[in-house]
Amino acid sequence: MPALTPEKKRPAARSAGRPLPELIFGDLWEYDPATETADPKLKPRYDLFIGGKFVAPASGKYFDSINPANETKLAEIAQANAADVDAAYAAAQKAFTTTWGKLPGKERAKYIYRLARLLQDRAREFAVAETMDGGKPIKESRDFDVPMAAAHFFYHAGWADKLDYVAPGRKVAPLGVVGQVIPWNFPLLMMAWKLAPALAMGNTIVIKPAETTSVTALKFAEIIQDAGLPPGTVNIVTGFGDTGAAVMNHPTAVKVAFTGSTEVGKIIMRSLAGTDKKMTMELGGKAANIVFDDAPLDEAIEGVVNGIFFNQGEVCCAGSRLFVQESILPAVIRKLRHRMASLRVGDPMDKNTDVGAINSKAQHERIAHYVRLGREEGATLHASDDTDPCVSPAADGKGFFCRPCFFSDVQPSHTIAREEIFGPVLSVMSFRTPDEAVSRANNTPYGLAAGVWTDKGSKVFDIARRLKAGVVWCNTYNKFDPASPFGGYKESGFGREGGVHGLRPYVDLD
Amino acid sequence: MSSGSTAAFRHLLNEIGSVDQVGIEERVAKYTTRSIKKAAKVQGLKLAVSMVDLTTLEGKDTPGKVASLCQKALAPHDGLDCPQVAAVCVYPAMVKHARRALGEDTAVRIASVATAFPSGQAPLRTRLAEVKAAVADGADEIDMVINRGAFLAGEFQEMQDEIAAVVQACGAATLKVILEVSELETYDNIRAASFLAMRVIRPGDFIKTSTGKTSLNATLGNNQVMIEAIRDFYLETGTPIAMKPAGGIRTAKQALQFLIAVKETLGDAWLNNTRYRFGASSLLNDLLRQLEKEKTGAYQAPYYFSRAAESY
Repeated sequence: MPALTPEKKRPAARSAGRPLPELIFGDLWEYDPATETADPKLKPRYDLFIGGKFVAPASGKYFDSINPANETKLAEIAQANAADVDAAYAAAQKAFTTTWGKLPGKERAKYIYRLARLLQDRAREFAVAETMDGGKPIKESRDFDVPMAAAHFFYHAGWADKLDYVAPGRKVAPLGVVGQVIPWNFPLLMMAWKLAPALAMGNTIVIKPAETTSVTALKFAEIIQDAGLPPGTVNIVTGFGDTGAAVMNHPTAVKVAFTGSTEVGKIIMRSLAGTDKKMTMELGGKAANIVFDDAPLDEAIEGVVNGIFFNQGEVCCAGSRLFVQESILPAVIRKLRHRMASLRVGDPMDKNTDVGAINSKAQHERIAHYVRLGREEGATLHASDDTDPCVSPAADGKGFFCRPCFFSDVQPSHTIAREEIFGPVLSVMSFRTPDEAVSRANNTPYGLAAGVWTDKGSKVFDIARRLKAGVVWCNTYNKFDPASPFGGYKESGFGREGGVHGLRPYVDLD
Repeated sequence: MSSGSTAAFRHLLNEIGSVDQVGIEERVAKYTTRSIKKAAKVQGLKLAVSMVDLTTLEGKDTPGKVASLCQKALAPHDGLDCPQVAAVCVYPAMVKHARRALGEDTAVRIASVATAFPSGQAPLRTRLAEVKAAVADGADEIDMVINRGAFLAGEFQEMQDEIAAVVQACGAATLKVILEVSELETYDNIRAASFLAMRVIRPGDFIKTSTGKTSLNATLGNNQVMIEAIRDFYLETGTPIAMKPAGGIRTAKQALQFLIAVKETLGDAWLNNTRYRFGASSLLNDLLRQLEKEKTGAYQAPYYFSRAAESY
């Protein structure tokens, strides 16, 4: 090969001068473990919850639910088959026609308020169970999942006797029996999102939690019993994909609601095509966070970190694409690295843990796959010490962990910038003008959420209006309220949950 | 504010960046959810003791009061393996009494609030003379107040020139520049004033939140604004500036939260008393009480701890 100009050896960086100033985030003052010790009050084995009672599955089969932080078995969960799902729908149908469906709204409200209060009473126990079962840090289950779940019941209890105001001028009535399938990232909270509006509007329910996170749903069944809900009002069937399919396809279900991956959402929609079932789908996302050069940077970084590393990035609205105005890109990368260095990864039960365990082995492998892919595609990986982030910090190597990381030098055509990773992996890209930011942010099949960061109010409204996303947060991220509707555009799904918008899918308008 | 000074402020903010109040308060709220236990707690409490500028700033201060303060600084509590505090902080008239009480050969430094503390409303030559007198009497550190009037009027040059003059007057003494955050009011102002001060002081000099003489003193929010300014300035110039929150920090729990903020924002290099101090008086006994509790497992009544310092 002909020699081009010989490559000049660059002098070692600043070898002559002082080293570049750098911050040291070391172990000079290391926090001791501060483990939450409340008893989660788990049973060794959980049966199905049908007709107000715990019943053994027809097949007699159980599967293990494990703690993803140490891979130990937490409990055995019943595996429901089609016969069990039939029984659940029969119980729900009976409750709708004889008890729950006939109750006046103000009576329903009393029951729903009771659910909320009983959950608050047992908040600590539920937070611990949620963390052990799903891997999320205790501070998140304690400060977010459980209080928000209670808040959803409180909010919707208030709606139960106000059906006349759900669609002013129209007469509304309960639908009947609804089938619901929920994901593993916010097990209890997603259950509350699904149950509360359905119950408030007078429907009865068959719900299936995700196979890796059934424990808090079945613990909630105890609360349903304690609250004295008429038997069959809420039925919980556990199992794998085939159980979920049976719940979604059952002829008794007049409406189905699904939260989960776009892939499974498409399968459900295909199988339900041609039926007259109502549907709402809350699916995947690849949300964009757009940071303009006039944004207060440290607060923007905090929001970006919150947006992608909350719940290990296992959030459908996670801000997994970061678009930074090109002039501030180096500053943002440096600040991101510093902020990432003080995030604490490890035992989810430690009150100081910021990032806990990945929910399952399968999800951990999926994240590791994307991290590998990102490097192969030529993006630059930044992790706290720039080693493989998908390695467990535990001495015995047990548990599914992935340290927070981000990629720079990401191109819009890279897989990591296009597909939902559902892990603590951020893709950082740049833009030059507001138009470019908007078109890049919208250049995705998803449209669940987005964030805009700028000091200029007019820019906030202009950009937010042009983003095709169900939720746009401005100068903040991941803010939720039961009164605020949540849902997506395009392949992120349809229908809204929360607020008055979230009630309409659960009523019949005449 | 004249249009020229408005332009100057905008220009400065464009250069150093602004602060979002809601965002930064959410950030610091996370520090308060950290749980510091066992050995980490003992280490943090001892670190905090070593960072205290034990303060008395009252009109009724006497040589006797200062002597008891100095004794407390040298030996905070019997039976605890506990460090001395970093410094005592007194009015200039009390410096010579503090020096007599502490002696020449001591690790406890003497800080004095000069420059017509707390208002700063005296002619510059008077303020400089006060600084020189305090240093001559044996002060190792000078806590000055900035000219808030000049800052709020947009006369940044005047404010910086005055600080530079005090730096000269200090000689070898360390300087702490009090921004008096409650009078600056906004986080943007606090960040701007921090940068203006840092640009004219020396490596190892301090910026400090407040005099302790107004309604609102050190909070996690304004501490965060200032340590982020210190971090950004250090990364940009390589010059390390130290930090002193003062006033309002009365409990050990609060002190640990401030240290958590330092650890997670500035890192390990600031976790020592040459880079971080607490301006406080009643804080010391709460730190000692918590240390005693960690040692014995039981809380002692407050009257087991000598009360030599009551100010802010």
